[in-house]
Amino acid sequence: MVAAAFFYLFASVTVAAAFMVIASKNPVHAVLFLILAFVNSAGLFVLLGAEFLAMILIVVYVGAVAVLFLFVVMMLDVDFAELRAGFLRYLPFGGLIGIIMLIELILVLGAWTIAPGVVDVVATPAPTAADVTNTEALGRVLYTKYVYFFEAAGMILLTAMVGAIVLTLRHKEGVKRQDIGEQVARNPETSIEIKQVESGKGI
Amino acid sequence: MYSAIVFLPLLAALAAGFFGRRLGARASGILTSAAVLLAALLSWVAFYQVGIGGQTGRVEVAPWLVSGELAVSWAFRIDTLTAVMLVVVNTVSSLVHIYSIGYMEHDPHQPRFFAYLSLFTFAMLMLVTSDNLLQMFFGWEGVGLASYLLIGFWYRKPEANAAAMKAFLVNRVGDFGFALGIFAIFFVFGSIQFETIFAAAPGQAGKTFMFLGSEADVLTVICLLLFMGAMGKSAQFLLHTWLPDAMEGPTPVSALIHAATMVTAGVFMVARLSPLFELSNTALAFVTLVGATTAFFAATIGLVQNDIKRVVAYSTCSQLGYMFVAMGVGAYSIGIFHLFTHAFFKALLFLGSGSVIHALHDEQDLRKMGGLRKVIPTTWILMLIGTLALTGFPLTAGFYSKDAIIEAAFAAHTGVATYAFILTVSAALMTAFYSWRLIFLAFHGKPRASKKAMNAAHESPPVMLVPLIVLAVGSLAAGYFFKDLFIGAGADAFWGTALFTGPDNHMLEAIHHVPWAVAAAPVIMMALGFATAWIFYIAVPETPSLIARTFEPIYMFLLNKWYFDELYDFLFVKPAMRLGRILWKVGDGTVIDGLGPDGVAARVIDVTNRVVRIQTGYVYHYAFAMLIGVALLITYFMFAGGLAR
Amino acid sequence: MDPEVVETAPDSAAADPVEAVVEAVAEPLFAYAPIMPEIVLAVGAMALLMLGVFRSERSAEPIMWLSILLLAIAALLILAQGNETRLLFEGTVIVDPFARLLKLLSLLGSAVAIFMSFDYLREARIMKFELPILIVLATLGMLMMISANDLIALYLGLELQSLSLYVIAAFRRDAIRSSEAGLKYFVLGALSSGMLLYGCSLIYGFTGSTEFIRIAQALESGGANLGLIFGIVFFIAGLAFKVSAVPFHMWTPDVYEGAPTPVTAFFAAAPKVAAMAMFVRAMLTAFPAITAEWQQIIVFISIASMLLGAFAAIAQTNIKRLMAYSSIGHMGFALVGLAAGTAEGAQGVIVYLAIYLVMNLGVFACILAMRRSDGMVEDINELAGLSSNNPLMAFLLAMLMFSLAGIPPLAGFFAKFYVFLAAIQAGLYPLAVIGVLASVVGAYYYLRIIKIMYFDSPAERFDPMPMALKSVLGVSGIIVIFFVAYPAPLVDAAEVAAKSLF
Repeated sequence: MVAAAFFYLFASVTVAAAFMVIASKNPVHAVLFLILAFVNSAGLFVLLGAEFLAMILIVVYVGAVAVLFLFVVMMLDVDFAELRAGFLRYLPFGGLIGIIMLIELILVLGAWTIAPGVVDVVATPAPTAADVTNTEALGRVLYTKYVYFFEAAGMILLTAMVGAIVLTLRHKEGVKRQDIGEQVARNPETSIEIKQVESGKGI
Repeated sequence: MYSAIVFLPLLAALAAGFFGRRLGARASGILTSAAVLLAALLSWVAFYQVGIGGQTGRVEVAPWLVSGELAVSWAFRIDTLTAVMLVVVNTVSSLVHIYSIGYMEHDPHQPRFFAYLSLFTFAMLMLVTSDNLLQMFFGWEGVGLASYLLIGFWYRKPEANAAAMKAFLVNRVGDFGFALGIFAIFFVFGSIQFETIFAAAPGQAGKTFMFLGSEADVLTVICLLLFMGAMGKSAQFLLHTWLPDAMEGPTPVSALIHAATMVTAGVFMVARLSPLFELSNTALAFVTLVGATTAFFAATIGLVQNDIKRVVAYSTCSQLGYMFVAMGVGAYSIGIFHLFTHAFFKALLFLGSGSVIHALHDEQDLRKMGGLRKVIPTTWILMLIGTLALTGFPLTAGFYSKDAIIEAAFAAHTGVATYAFILTVSAALMTAFYSWRLIFLAFHGKPRASKKAMNAAHESPPVMLVPLIVLAVGSLAAGYFFKDLFIGAGADAFWGTALFTGPDNHMLEAIHHVPWAVAAAPVIMMALGFATAWIFYIAVPETPSLIARTFEPIYMFLLNKWYFDELYDFLFVKPAMRLGRILWKVGDGTVIDGLGPDGVAARVIDVTNRVVRIQTGYVYHYAFAMLIGVALLITYFMFAGGLAR
Repeated sequence: MDPEVVETAPDSAAADPVEAVVEAVAEPLFAYAPIMPEIVLAVGAMALLMLGVFRSERSAEPIMWLSILLLAIAALLILAQGNETRLLFEGTVIVDPFARLLKLLSLLGSAVAIFMSFDYLREARIMKFELPILIVLATLGMLMMISANDLIALYLGLELQSLSLYVIAAFRRDAIRSSEAGLKYFVLGALSSGMLLYGCSLIYGFTGSTEFIRIAQALESGGANLGLIFGIVFFIAGLAFKVSAVPFHMWTPDVYEGAPTPVTAFFAAAPKVAAMAMFVRAMLTAFPAITAEWQQIIVFISIASMLLGAFAAIAQTNIKRLMAYSSIGHMGFALVGLAAGTAEGAQGVIVYLAIYLVMNLGVFACILAMRRSDGMVEDINELAGLSSNNPLMAFLLAMLMFSLAGIPPLAGFFAKFYVFLAAIQAGLYPLAVIGVLASVVGAYYYLRIIKIMYFDSPAERFDPMPMALKSVLGVSGIIVIFFVAYPAPLVDAAEVAAKSLF
């Protein structure tokens, strides 16, 4: 009963916050609503018994990603009003499509069933929380059964990193950078020049 | 080894074709000649292995295509017939290659020429080694293409272009029949593999099917359709008109394609498909009829032609007729034997004529020659040998094969065969006459060429004469040495299963039991022809013009080749042109363009413009399009697809 | 993926310590042999990255060559594998003849794309070592997609590939069009990934598994359900985006036009092959029980792609945009084979992809050669009179255009022939008829290029073609022209590959 009440609380706040992310005029507010949506999703995970995922969501998404967003948004001068100029023009048609899809999804998901053969198919059901914590359960499979996925995800992150550097890193001309090796390698021959100055004349 | 025989010319052709300019003229000539010569030597080895050693078989090169029931591979069918053809094609081809090095010396496009020659050789080899009808068709069209390219080799000459097109178009008529024949075979037998067809053929004998709205004997229809292809390729009566015109090409080409190899493809095809033809008497009778008619008719035209190459060309036409007569009366081995010997002496005659033309700097008109015996004695002797062989002088190559055909025609004892016998004997007389006429006009009598031309005339270089000598040796000896193998005592062992003859076909036996008068007839005719020609052109040189004046209609009739070109022009070309013009102006211009393409094209442009307008460049439009797509599909399933179950 | 992190049973230590070590190392190595090409690409890419970082700019060209070498090694490793089907990681990765053949095609496409890009990159001053490495990483993603036998593996492979592609689309970061292309591709790609994931979760929710084999099992007993169909619609939407099928194609023309030309050449070839392979495998192995349902979706997007590809291309004047619409149309044709839902259909798709790859690389070799002293040109009319300026190039390009249009006896005809044959055998007559009509309309713009090359008065000459482009164009042209003489190797291999899906 209490769980159900909390579920509806978290779920409704998540949906409302998500809507506000796209609806709010101020970009900073949008990011803050995003954080709210994340926190409430974490609450939903806790209700499901997936406390590890809940914590990860808080730590990574709220703690790192969203804060980074916040910084970026505050640093960039984004005029949301201008971006949304066409919003009203497309609203009727877009809204229509959206509503149709929504209704259809509700109709379908309302009558949701699970394939009757699933019980036979599921080979290894998730261990119950009573036996192991779900952190341990994840740990058990992450480097064994799912090592391929794990490594693949690693490659994706590597690619993302390379991509970000390729597209943004610039070596500006005329900016002096410290090069330790060069500093250490300095010697009198390369760094000072001796000039004979005739007396009575300047350089 | 067989792959080497077939693909060496292709490699040489590719090398000369793509890198000819870099290789240089001389090198590409030598390269292609060497490749084909090597193939020729290997062919003789193959001939020995297959013919004497009896090592027949099938060489699979690669799978080709599979479509439904139709499965075809690139494969070589190796039997005696193939071996004989390999020898003929490669030997003549290599000699022609070598000869061309000399003959084409001053031509700026030598690499192209040699590439075409080798390409032709490859296609011809594909044709003769094929193990199924599709591969044969590939080779068939390949030689057609190469022939087109070679006839039109001097593409700046309008006559050459016209001749090339004519050859191509007339051959299309034949190929149409051939292709229909292949379809019919696939329809009836469910396969185009020779093995399968031959095995199943006896079971189809006497069966009928609907063809052109009437019941027709299956095998007769198939054989007649296929023979139509043979008629086109081998320039038989009604489809012969392209061959004389094809003489516009360089002379070595005439020797190779239009004397020794390509034109014999039709004969080869009939021999290859002897298991089918043997089962249809109607088709065989038709083959005989066409062959005999061609033999006679081409010989009559040959009597009066003045272009040295055209004389030889009509002679070729006529000799091909002989071969078909042999096929038609069931004497396949004799026909192939004649093909074999004919390749030697006809190539010799062509190349010899080439040598004459070369000596006189591209003069082809017999009326402007004469007295060349002293100027180019070697060529004279070689041409004499060729003529002797062609007319069937005893012990030369033609003597054995041609006389055997005439005897076979007599021995067959059917109505058509008797017709063929009479025509071939009279053709033999005319053959002797026009052959000697050619010799006498060109080499004897007083020089009719200008002083300057006579002084400039010279004997051909050794590179041209050596191939001629080789061919001359062949013309003299090929008959004597190979007659036992081909048509004599050793024939059964030699041919093995390559040629099929029905159980009551004893042709090889029968030709030895003809009355002596029949056996002697060709020789008598030859002597008679020689004598007539001698009287006409040496003893009393006024006779020809006298006769021509006296019988002017006949003379004109012959000189204009029975008016076939004019007839075809009237029957087909003009109406086709008229029809074309009507369709173009009225049908296409007014009706179709107005309502069809132009209208449709306009609609297409409309649609295009509308479609392109969607592409606005805005990301959210694109995203929106995706969402609409998904929504549409979902809605569709919601109300139609999903509820279908 | 690294063998070292794999647990081996510690208590299986043999008496001989050396033997034990050998066993401990060799056994996992052997077990991972089927994905050795992926491992080589991953480790190699990282090694090249190190090399590039420490050797900086000068190392770009050697790294290009090393990348090609890396792709070649991966291809050799695939060729060295046998012909059997191997399942790895509890059935989430599959290596079968289908995977091998399409991996080879993808590797070929990637390697040739790098091979063709040297001169362009040098001229455009974007010769940077990251580009080949990103292509290698994208290729790694493709191999993973092709081998994916599980929704998660599929998604990860797809993301790895897509992410690399987003970056290299924007690789010419100083050019506004290139950045725009990358950004558009990225935003729309993210949307499509979202749809794909949404579809995957619906499918998982219904069947209780992400593995294709288990999904198929669950559907055997369960049959179709509207919710599942919704999942499949979203799933297909995600996949269709990757093969740029209508209506998920909108990014294609903009990205093709905006991206640097060698990148476009790459986009048009290998990723299409991989995405289509993944599409085919997912549909045929995970959802065979409900073919009738997903077939309708495929038929719809196939028809839409063929028609849009044919019609929209007519109005284009930029040859890269034209090739974009051409590739939309071609993907529509390839989908015809998938729509058949049979082994013949899959064979048709494979043959189509192989021939499409070859044709496209040849055409892009020509496009990359459209260069004058003042830079690259992309307008179709610049090809005017090419037949007199460079007859060989004009001839080969004309052959490729004829082939793209599907005119017999060139290779492109056979590609279309096999897919239409499969569609007819599956009873999809309307699809085949519309396909043929679309190819007739489509022939128009291919022939227009030929007309411009052969009949318009010559424009200024192009710079001489670099050797690399010449060789690619030559090989491609020869394959296209002579395919008719010897189609058996490809057709047979495709047949074996297609059979392994059933």
